[in-house]
Amino acid sequence: MSTEVLRKPSRPGPHRGGEGGGEPGGDGNGRGGPEVFFDPGRFGLWLFLATLSMMFVGFTSAYMVRRLAPDWTPLRPPGLLWINTAVLLLSSATLEAARRRLRGWNPAGVSPWLTATGALGALFVAGQLAAWRVLAARGYFLSGSPHNSFFYMLSGIHGLHLLVGLVWFAVVLVKARRLAYTPGEADGLGMFATYWHFLTGLWIYLLLLLFVL
Amino acid sequence: MAHAPEAHAAEAHAHAEEAFIWKYVFSKNHRVIGIQYYVTAMVMALVAGLLAMLIRLQLAWPQRDWGVLAKLFPMGYDVGGGFGVMRPEFYAMLFTMHGTIMVFFVLSTAPVSGFGNILIPLQAGARDMAFPFLNGLSYWTFFVGCVVILSSFFIGAGAAAGGWTAYPPLSALKGAVPGSETGQTFWIIGMVFFIASFTMGGLNFVTTIINLRTKGLTPLRMPMTLWAMFLVAVLGLLAFPALVAACLMLIFDRHFGTSFFLPTGLVLNNVPLLGPDGKTFLHQGGSPLLWQHLFWFLGHPEVYILMLPALGFTSDILVTFARKPLFGYKSMVGALWAIAGLSFIVWGHHMFVSGMNPYLGMAFAVGTILIAVPSAVKVFNWLATLRGARIRFNTPMLWAVGVVSLFISGGLSGVWLAQSAPDIQLHDTMFVAAHFHLIMAGAALFGVFGATSYWFPKMFGRMMNDTLGKAHFWFTFVTYYGTFFPMHYIGIAGHLRRIYDPYQYEFLKPLQPINQLITISALILGSSQILFFVNFFWSAFAGKKATENPWQANGLEWTTASPPPHGNWPGPIPEVHRWPYEYANPDFPKDPVMQHEPLTAAEMEVKAAEGPSRHEH
Repeated sequence: MSTEVLRKPSRPGPHRGGEGGGEPGGDGNGRGGPEVFFDPGRFGLWLFLATLSMMFVGFTSAYMVRRLAPDWTPLRPPGLLWINTAVLLLSSATLEAARRRLRGWNPAGVSPWLTATGALGALFVAGQLAAWRVLAARGYFLSGSPHNSFFYMLSGIHGLHLLVGLVWFAVVLVKARRLAYTPGEADGLGMFATYWHFLTGLWIYLLLLLFVL
Repeated sequence: MAHAPEAHAAEAHAHAEEAFIWKYVFSKNHRVIGIQYYVTAMVMALVAGLLAMLIRLQLAWPQRDWGVLAKLFPMGYDVGGGFGVMRPEFYAMLFTMHGTIMVFFVLSTAPVSGFGNILIPLQAGARDMAFPFLNGLSYWTFFVGCVVILSSFFIGAGAAAGGWTAYPPLSALKGAVPGSETGQTFWIIGMVFFIASFTMGGLNFVTTIINLRTKGLTPLRMPMTLWAMFLVAVLGLLAFPALVAACLMLIFDRHFGTSFFLPTGLVLNNVPLLGPDGKTFLHQGGSPLLWQHLFWFLGHPEVYILMLPALGFTSDILVTFARKPLFGYKSMVGALWAIAGLSFIVWGHHMFVSGMNPYLGMAFAVGTILIAVPSAVKVFNWLATLRGARIRFNTPMLWAVGVVSLFISGGLSGVWLAQSAPDIQLHDTMFVAAHFHLIMAGAALFGVFGATSYWFPKMFGRMMNDTLGKAHFWFTFVTYYGTFFPMHYIGIAGHLRRIYDPYQYEFLKPLQPINQLITISALILGSSQILFFVNFFWSAFAGKKATENPWQANGLEWTTASPPPHGNWPGPIPEVHRWPYEYANPDFPKDPVMQHEPLTAAEMEVKAAEGPSRHEH
């Protein structure tokens, strides 16, 4: 079951499956089949992403209001950002390649593509830090102008979420190497992929908001 | 049937010998977590209630020497020369922290996180929440938030003092007031922990209610409490992120020199706030109103996060003690949806005096007044439920009727405040304080008290003492009105809220006797809560043992033992065959017909003849 990915961080040992309604094995409710309308883990992840999106809706409205103030001086994005964007898009593509291997009953082919995803993700974070340094070298600091502030803040928050994604990636990679994911129909990488693609999409959105629109 | 009761019971037994720390401290059981939330909220209520008592003493006798209090709170009273008069900064801290703790750490926590956790799996027919580990994590995140908020009183210059709404620039400039230093930083950190915890809870609530309902529990067979919990969780998930965004920007403004909320030209203590170059202002072009919009985008749904559970509890309790079906069940569900939906588009009514375009103000006013429609639907349905009923007046029923009363009286003043023209006169006066204490704080509080006495068997397996409970109700009910009703009058007379010494103004001097009356009432109100605390803890350990269904109610939570065992039902989870309010059905010799009782042969015949019946969806 794909809920395995979310269940993984829970404590092993005596804690596991104690008061918590019998977690190990099955859906923890002693029920299954028609009563469970969606997979709870997947549903919960989508809800969380909705919440996260609302936070960025809040930032977007603040950005649009703040942009109307007379002191707005636009920030020219460093070229590195476009390379970073390409790297992140590529990481989403390799993740899809990994999922395709899993679906195609080729579990051994999964982990190379998955490793590429994580490496590209790490490269993206490094690239973002480099972009910050480029801007700082040009004299664009966090408090210099509101556009700077928004760029540093939003790219920073996005980067933090990507770091969380990298931790999750490590967990997923270990499982993939142990061939813990059932090939075929059940796509064990699904939840991780949902989160990862969400972050890719979010970055594209932020880029459009900050520098294109 | 996909139940696996035997396997589950066996597994439960295998884990019965669990260490205390995993069973009661870092528990993953929904009931234990709910009680943890509830008791923590009680502690926080004690703190915030004491702050309120100090506020009331100050408003009644502002320049008095409070020798004893000065010894207890040396930071708050001028003790030089034995003159123990409250300091203005301390007063600002009192009302700020009273509001913050009460709104978030008590009245969002006890009904939602407390009773939500206790009741959702029981009413939905689930073994536990969807994500038990996340649930435990959410409690401990909340606990850290409480510690941060409480510790802020003792660090640096004291706790935050910029109002529970934390408007910049007061909250964004570290030097603005003493509380704007570490106190405000702690306030923000505490709030972020609270929101993180509430979000984890909300994910659990919505996922559990959507995914883990037992067989046959269609949406329109869900009891009102379950509906309220579902909508509250959705509101929290969609509204709180805006405050997270605002809090992050506030941190950047406070600590990293950005200007999201801080305008240009700020002067502190007659010194202009200049940037590092010494010529231009440090902050440029920010908008304090932006904070207000983001805050109230959360803030208005937040008041319904407090209210909706109380409305749900009230519906469930009224029906049980009136022994009649809930009048207009579907319209009650629709009204909850309407209130929840409208709450997202009316936040501007908190900002009528901010200089907004009058047409925009009009739009917000119309949206706000529209909320009166679903609210009236609820009230009339409750009254219709009570009409002609042979009511049993046990403690829970008294509280439920109290909610109806407060909902009406607080709602009526809401209609005044919803319109921009009267609001400009009444804004920031005690009239507003009266309004929201009646409807939001009062109804939520009464709802929690009602729910506590009603579902106490499911919390601790015992009954609360009815006599003590009734005494607590009557003291609270009378003094609650005694405290907050006169505030309408002094508010109309021009008494501002958040004011340290009203009598420095000539025109407010005649209001002092009323303020003293309010304070006396408030002190009785505060002390009568001792009855509740005594009743709660005494009953939890030594109360009368409760039976499975002591109130003869018909919901799923009453089909299992009090308190419910591990996994909530020892055997298979009951299936639901009926709507939640099958009371006084003349076709049955007994009352009520429980939600899980199968349809009789006669009912099946009628159903087959009519197609889907009125309770079948």
